[in-house]
Amino acid sequence: MTASVAGLGGRSMRMRRSVAGGGLSLASGVGLGTALLWFSLLVLLPLSAVVARATTGGWGGFWETLTNPSTAAALRLTIGMAFVVTLVNAVMGTLIAWVLVRDHFWGKRALEVLIDLPFALPTIVAGLVLLQVYGPKGPTPIDVANTRTSVFLAFLFVTLPFVVRTVQPVLLEIDRDVEEAAASLGASRITTFRRVILPSLTPAIASGAALSFARAISEYGSLVLLSGNLPLRTEVTSVRILTYIEGGRNGNAAVVATVLLAVALFVIVLLDIIQRRVTRRG
Amino acid sequence: MAAIAVTSLLVLSACGGGDDAAGAGGGEQTLNIVGFAVPEEANNAIYETFKETDAGADAAGEPEGSYGASGDQSRAVEGGLEADYVHFSIEPDVTRLVESGQVAEDWKDNETDGIVSRSVVVFVVEEGNPLGIETWDDLLQDDVEIITPNPGSSGAAKWNILAAYGQAIAGGASEDEAKQYLTDFVGNVAALPGSGRDATTAFKDGTGNVLISYENEAILARQSGEAFDYVVPDTTLLIENPGAILEDADPIAQSWLDFVLSEEGQTEFVKKGFRSVIDDLEIPEVEGANDPADPFPAPGTLLTVGEAFGGWSEANAFFDEEDGFVTEILQESGKAE
Repeated sequence: MTASVAGLGGRSMRMRRSVAGGGLSLASGVGLGTALLWFSLLVLLPLSAVVARATTGGWGGFWETLTNPSTAAALRLTIGMAFVVTLVNAVMGTLIAWVLVRDHFWGKRALEVLIDLPFALPTIVAGLVLLQVYGPKGPTPIDVANTRTSVFLAFLFVTLPFVVRTVQPVLLEIDRDVEEAAASLGASRITTFRRVILPSLTPAIASGAALSFARAISEYGSLVLLSGNLPLRTEVTSVRILTYIEGGRNGNAAVVATVLLAVALFVIVLLDIIQRRVTRRG
Repeated sequence: MAAIAVTSLLVLSACGGGDDAAGAGGGEQTLNIVGFAVPEEANNAIYETFKETDAGADAAGEPEGSYGASGDQSRAVEGGLEADYVHFSIEPDVTRLVESGQVAEDWKDNETDGIVSRSVVVFVVEEGNPLGIETWDDLLQDDVEIITPNPGSSGAAKWNILAAYGQAIAGGASEDEAKQYLTDFVGNVAALPGSGRDATTAFKDGTGNVLISYENEAILARQSGEAFDYVVPDTTLLIENPGAILEDADPIAQSWLDFVLSEEGQTEFVKKGFRSVIDDLEIPEVEGANDPADPFPAPGTLLTVGEAFGGWSEANAFFDEEDGFVTEILQESGKAE
């Protein structure tokens, strides 16, 4: 998991390299063919089917779906919360990764393992646990059941590992000599972080953020028990999609799914642009 | 899948050299049951008895069971999930398979009109019923927080909303007054969990103080040790779960359906808290019921979807995403906050 996620951090670099290469050897040709076939079967085909289904209703279908008050409210809530959660993750995830790499403390190994738990836990179990801890009968004074905060909390929970796991390996690789050199040249710790460390971390933060955004907007299991699914208030997009499917309105469901796909694509591209800017400036 | 299983069993029994197929688990016909989540245990118990009978002599040792949310299961069968017999929460889930040509048009032409299990809509309350909830009007008190599954994402949740609306009509309210009742009812709703089971879970963990549920769900939860009470309101809705065999089912499926509808089959449902489709069935003691010796008290007025609303196609229109009044009321409740 860690290795593959980390690989995404170097995505842009690798892409540039492959474009620069000319002809393909037999081995890399077979490799590329397999990769494309694999990708098409698993990703392109199903996603095209969703988009194709969504467009059968034409613009009217899109309009009808997106002007439905519950759907519009659910999209606003889901996308808005996903944005906020992604921002929080970019900061907190980097901080946690930093602590895990640079600090030495008792229980560090345990924490290292525990970070991945939100990945491993079936989301419905996560939902149950969140309800029991942060619900009305929980041991904490915090009760977020049936409020928008519960959506925020559930998103945070399931997306926590992404930024940590993308930033951590990059941070491990960073040569500390460079920091020391910066310090010896009179750079303050903040300047060193901003001008030396952050630019190398940015691609990793950006890909972690993109993953956590995409994961959040499609979340269902971990919040259905806690959010209460109240129309216009706490209902998220995935519940709207389910509602459309249950009502036999697969076209509307596909429209909502397509909007989510488009938003996810937009955010991934946006993060890539930001990441390039920051890296260049560094 | 079933074909492969049957073939391999045929090969096995051929090798066995004329073993008597009537022995327990010695049959060769696999029954694929696809159902909504709740009746799994009851169906398995019925199956154990079924394979001891002459009609079930050819049945394999275990049924192939798949259980989940009713609508999902119905769509899965429509999409190709192997099924000989389906048991759903609401009729539209069978109607979907009639439309796709997988279930015969005349599936309801039997003694029970296609229904294999029954229950009623009840109020689940905290132990001792501290709020004194007895009637539908009591649910409109200020201190009541209602939990009921989301009628959008859970087909089974429609029973609860139909009960709330139907009881008002039955009490003499006009359609507008009944919609007003439903609006007030929805105004007290604290959460709309994704399914009946989710609703029970949320309630157990402290969300809300009245759970609108099904009598069998309440009894089952109490059988598994949950400490809450339930109230059968004087006017309530009869929940009728349909069962049907598929057009290309193994021959054993018809014998199975007949057995499910027999006294022995129905007794197993009753033990799990369902009401029987046989009116004069001798009722055993049912653990978990308010009064185990008289587990199924007859409500003063028992509504049915057929009589109160003219059937499911009419009732389902209330929930339409674009112009159903239930959808509108739910949306309006969101704006009010």
